[in-house]
Amino acid sequence: MRQELRQFIIDNFLFGQNNASFSDQDSFLEKGIIDSTGVLELVEFLQNRYGIYVRDQDLIPENLDSIDNLVAFIQRQTKAA
Amino acid sequence: MQVEAFLENSAQKTPDKIALICGPRRLTYREVEEGANRLAHSLLAEGIERGDRVAVYLDNSVEAVLAIFAILKAGGVFLVINPTTKADKLGYILNNCRARGLITDPPKLADVQRVVPNLPHLARLWVAGPASLTLAPHQSLIELSEILNTSAFPSSAPPKTCIDIDLAALIYTSGSTGRPKGVMLTHLNIVSAATSITTYLENTSDDIILNVLPLAFDYGLYQVLMAFKIGGALVLERSFTYPYKVIDLLLRENVTGFPIVPTISAVLLQLDLSRFHFPSLRYITNTAAAWPAEHIRRLRNLFPHVKLYSMYGLTECKRVSYLPPDQIDIRPTSIGRGMPNEEVFLVDEHGNRVGPGVVGELVVRGSHVMKGYWELPEETAKMLKPGPLPGEMMLYTGDLFRADEEGYLYFVGRKDDIIKTRGEKVSPREIEEVLYAIPGVAEAAVVGVPDAVLGEAIRAVITPREGFELTEHQVLRHCAAHLEDFMVPKSVVFVHSLPKNSNGKVSRREVAAYVEART
Repeated sequence: MRQELRQFIIDNFLFGQNNASFSDQDSFLEKGIIDSTGVLELVEFLQNRYGIYVRDQDLIPENLDSIDNLVAFIQRQTKAA
Repeated sequence: MQVEAFLENSAQKTPDKIALICGPRRLTYREVEEGANRLAHSLLAEGIERGDRVAVYLDNSVEAVLAIFAILKAGGVFLVINPTTKADKLGYILNNCRARGLITDPPKLADVQRVVPNLPHLARLWVAGPASLTLAPHQSLIELSEILNTSAFPSSAPPKTCIDIDLAALIYTSGSTGRPKGVMLTHLNIVSAATSITTYLENTSDDIILNVLPLAFDYGLYQVLMAFKIGGALVLERSFTYPYKVIDLLLRENVTGFPIVPTISAVLLQLDLSRFHFPSLRYITNTAAAWPAEHIRRLRNLFPHVKLYSMYGLTECKRVSYLPPDQIDIRPTSIGRGMPNEEVFLVDEHGNRVGPGVVGELVVRGSHVMKGYWELPEETAKMLKPGPLPGEMMLYTGDLFRADEEGYLYFVGRKDDIIKTRGEKVSPREIEEVLYAIPGVAEAAVVGVPDAVLGEAIRAVITPREGFELTEHQVLRHCAAHLEDFMVPKSVVFVHSLPKNSNGKVSRREVAAYVEART
């Protein structure tokens, strides 16, 4: 999942730039990786790929702003379902 | 009056009132004033003199606000550089204005390192956090925390050296030449614009303004300046990236004023807002790109108690017009009339004023009109032309409007090719130059295509060089490495050849028509 999420971010927001490295803890916001339209694309990917439902109130950095946060969020949502 | 007096006056009147809320930090007017004073003394100690340019290359942050006021207090001219700016353009801007100082933070040091040692005029860097850089012999580095968190420098303001016709700021904006131009603004320009705007917004010290716009963008910068002018509070957020975080801030901080661009209302209206009422919210403003009437209608239905201000302006004079909120249901597509202490009118191509219903170029008179573009007299002469009084210059906006019988203005189009995406002005030429640096590109044209969220989406149209295989991905990757985020095209189209005009030059207008016809 980690690798898949990373690949999605690299393909869609960094256009495969290999020099733009980021760790699993790095904030997408601080690294300038994502913007508000990007967040909506990311949410669409999460819903389609992992079958989770993302509510409006889930659109916060604690859930979405790093690979680690995404993994934890997906796991919480999968368990809750 | 000088711009730093916005802070100084409010700090004197209400020292213990909250001035700035940024993430977990809440600063009173006294704390902002004292921090800015200490940094101003450090700037002076490092040799910054009246009129020297000092660049602020930071995200929306407490340090960015302190830096802006500190530079003014030291008698300098500030410029805010968008934090997503890449090394090449950073170097261009710093070199163009011969900046003597740069205030930045650790995440940007990779780009800073690439350009700063080659800049002969840049002598001092202030960094908000631990830093190590390889600098030229004439350069040195100072950690901001050593100044802000200690009593190494006095917390009182240094003596004033400027007068209000001195420069206060340079704001770099996209030019049709492809190179950014520095809009020169004096203290008087900024004070005049801020006074007119806070007058029609009926701002008071009870206002709490939420700013998610970058401070490199004049619309974002003025939220800081105006909040401090009125003695209100500014909630400063890095961006609109996580919409629910912004909604949460609107509620939790009892925000009264929320400035947006149409991309923000487009994203907001995709969410279910019916659960929220925002009882404290007094007004929402929109500028930078036309507010779709559908957004206005839906926001009116959701939040009938909130005043909606549809506005229009350009960096060269900050703001031109606003539609009084009581007119928004009557003429939602109008961007209103001139603001207080300003005259606006429309002229034909001979400079004669035109009457209602006739399309003309908008001309602006007032003490908020810029002094020109930094060291670009020819570009300046295209925008500023003599007015009725000796020495007075009027601003020819290059934007075409028509007025109704009551004088309300309606936007018709632009005289140049500038693209407006996410509310930001983008020069097609600047992106084309980046595209031409890709080895496989023979010809390139950049056009704006209508987009529900972005206003206009940037599209690159490319003719590949023979024998080269180019993919959309390769092109976008190259763009992302060289351009600010908002300038990266949303799509790339490959064609066999590009339509030319009679001079053999690629015609963007025909490219746009051609691309539209194909999709």
